[in-house]
Amino acid sequence: MSDTLILAIESSCDETAAAVVKNGREVLSNIISSQIDIHTLYGGVVPEIASRKHIERINQVVRLALSRADVTLDDIDAIGVTYGPGLVGALLVGVAEAKAIAFAKNLPLIGVHHIEGHISANYIENKDLEPPFACLVVSGGHTHLVIVRDYGVYEIIGRTRDDAAGEAFDKVARAIGLGYPGGPKIDKVSRQGNAQAIAFPRAKVEGNEYDFSFSGLKSAVLNYLNGCAMKGIQVNQADVAASFQKAVTDVLVSHSMEAVERYHFTKFAIAGGVSANSALRGAMEEACAKRGVAFYRPSPILCTDNAAMIGAAAYYDYIRGYRSDYSLNAIPNLKLGER
Amino acid sequence: MKILALDSSGMTAAVAVAENEKIIASYSVNYKKTHSQTLLPMLEEVTKMISLDLASIDAIALAAGPGSFTGLRIGGATAKGLGLALDKPIIAVPTLEGLAWNGWGFDGVICPLLDARANRVYAGFYAYRDEDIKVEMNQKILGLDELIGLLNEKGEKVLLLGDGSEVYRKKLASGLTVPFVFQVPQMRAQSAAAVAVCALKYLREGKACTADSFVPDYMSLSQAERERNARLKGAANESVSG
Repeated sequence: MSDTLILAIESSCDETAAAVVKNGREVLSNIISSQIDIHTLYGGVVPEIASRKHIERINQVVRLALSRADVTLDDIDAIGVTYGPGLVGALLVGVAEAKAIAFAKNLPLIGVHHIEGHISANYIENKDLEPPFACLVVSGGHTHLVIVRDYGVYEIIGRTRDDAAGEAFDKVARAIGLGYPGGPKIDKVSRQGNAQAIAFPRAKVEGNEYDFSFSGLKSAVLNYLNGCAMKGIQVNQADVAASFQKAVTDVLVSHSMEAVERYHFTKFAIAGGVSANSALRGAMEEACAKRGVAFYRPSPILCTDNAAMIGAAAYYDYIRGYRSDYSLNAIPNLKLGER
Repeated sequence: MKILALDSSGMTAAVAVAENEKIIASYSVNYKKTHSQTLLPMLEEVTKMISLDLASIDAIALAAGPGSFTGLRIGGATAKGLGLALDKPIIAVPTLEGLAWNGWGFDGVICPLLDARANRVYAGFYAYRDEDIKVEMNQKILGLDELIGLLNEKGEKVLLLGDGSEVYRKKLASGLTVPFVFQVPQMRAQSAAAVAVCALKYLREGKACTADSFVPDYMSLSQAERERNARLKGAANESVSG
C-alpha cells in the first residue's frame, strides 16, 4: 500500500497550527503559531482576537507545514480539520481554509473532533498502541475519561461536572498571582513547594464514580487565601500550588485507576494540555506500573493543541472511508463520537 | 481576465464569476443557514454549472470589509485557502465600494450604508462619473445623524442602499432635506457580481495582494482591545494629572 499523507489544520483556540502526517503515525511537519503573548495581556484567551490572529497567520502556517515536510499540495491525499469543540470564530477560520484547499485541489475533506485529536496524539508517539485502551483527556476545556473501543469509536465514562482541570489550574494560578497560562506556571512553582502543606479536598461526585468536580477545590483554595489574608498570614505560593496540584492529580489518578481495574484495561493513555503536567505524568506512570498496566503519553509538544494529532485522527477516519462535505460547519459544543 | 468573486460580509452569501466585462455566473443566498454552510457549496455549484476550470481565473475578489466580523473571516479564509491552493492573488474590494457599483448611472450621491448598531452606520459617498464609480468619501463609521447632516450639506440627490438603508429607513426619510431614493431590493444588498466588476478595475490598476497577506478590513477593534486601550488611556491621564 502506498503512503497516505494528510494535511491537517487546527484553530480551535489560540494556536494556529498545521501539520503533515504520514500514515497516521509519522509527523513530517508540525507547525504551531502561538498567540499566547497577546492573550496574556488580557489574562486569558479573547475569542475575537484569537479569530483575527488565526486569519492573519493561517496561510503562512499551512505553507510552512508543507515546506518543512518537503511536499506540495499535489502530494497530499486528504485534508483534516478540527471543526469542534472550541471557539466558534476561531474554528471557522480553519474550517473555511481547509474546505477551500480541499475544493481547489479536489481532495477528500475530513472534519475531526478536537478531543479525538488529543487522544490520537498517542498514536504518533507510541507506534504500537492500538485500541482498545482507556484514556484520560485533560485540558483547559475538557476533563474526560474515555474508553477507546476502536479507531474513532469512543465511550465517555466520566466527565467533569463543572470546571475542566485546566480551567482550575488557570483560576488558581490567577488567585495566587502566577498569571496566565496557569498550568505550566503551577507545575514549575510546585517543584519548590510542599504538596502536603495544605489539605485541600478530593471531591467524589454522586451518581457516577468516574465523574470529576473541580469547583469545590478551586473554592477551597480561594477560601484558604482569604483566610490567610484576614489573619495576616503570609501565603507560601509554592506550597499552595503544590498542594492544589496534588489534590487535582490524586483525583485524576484514582478515578482513572478505578476504571482501569473495573474494565480490566491493560493499556492506559493520557492526552490534552494538562497531560503535559509533570506531577500528573509521574503519578500516573507510577500508578500504572503498580498495576502492570502499560502507560502511554504524548510528549509535551503533542499534548498542547497541535495539528499533527488532528492528522493522526483524520488518517483513521480516512482509511475507514469517512468524508465531510463542503457544508462542514464549526460546531463549538461538538460531542465526542458525534458526526 | 477572469475573476472569481465572493461576498459574505453581510446577510447575503454571494459567489460570482466575471470574464472581462461579462458576468457568467452569479449566485446569491440570503437564508437562515450560516455562510460557513452555504458559501463553499455555492461555489461548487457555480463551478459545475459553468464548467469553470479554477486554474483559469486571474484573481479572487472579495468584499474585504466592513461587515460582520465572522462573515468577513469566512469569506476571507475561503479566499485565502483558494489563493494558496491555486496560487492566485486576492483583490480586496472595500465592501461599500462594491455596493456602490449597484448604483451605476445614478445622477447624485451614491450612499451605501451598513448597520453598525446603536444608530451608527458604515457609509461612503460615491459618484457615477466618466463611465466609472469614483470615491467621494472613503467608507467609515459614523453616527446616523452625522451622516444625514453630511448628505444634507452636499445638497445633491441621494441613492440609499445596503442593509443600513433598510434598518434606518424611517430616520433617513425624516431627516434628509435633499431628494432621496431607496434602492430596489434586487440592487440593495451586497452582490458578488458588483464586487467582481469593481475588482476588474482594481486588477487593471494593479491593486491586488497575495493570498497570504490578505486580512479583512474590520474597521473596528475588538471590544477587548477598545476596553484595554481606554483603561491604558485612563491610567496615563491619571498619572499625568497625579
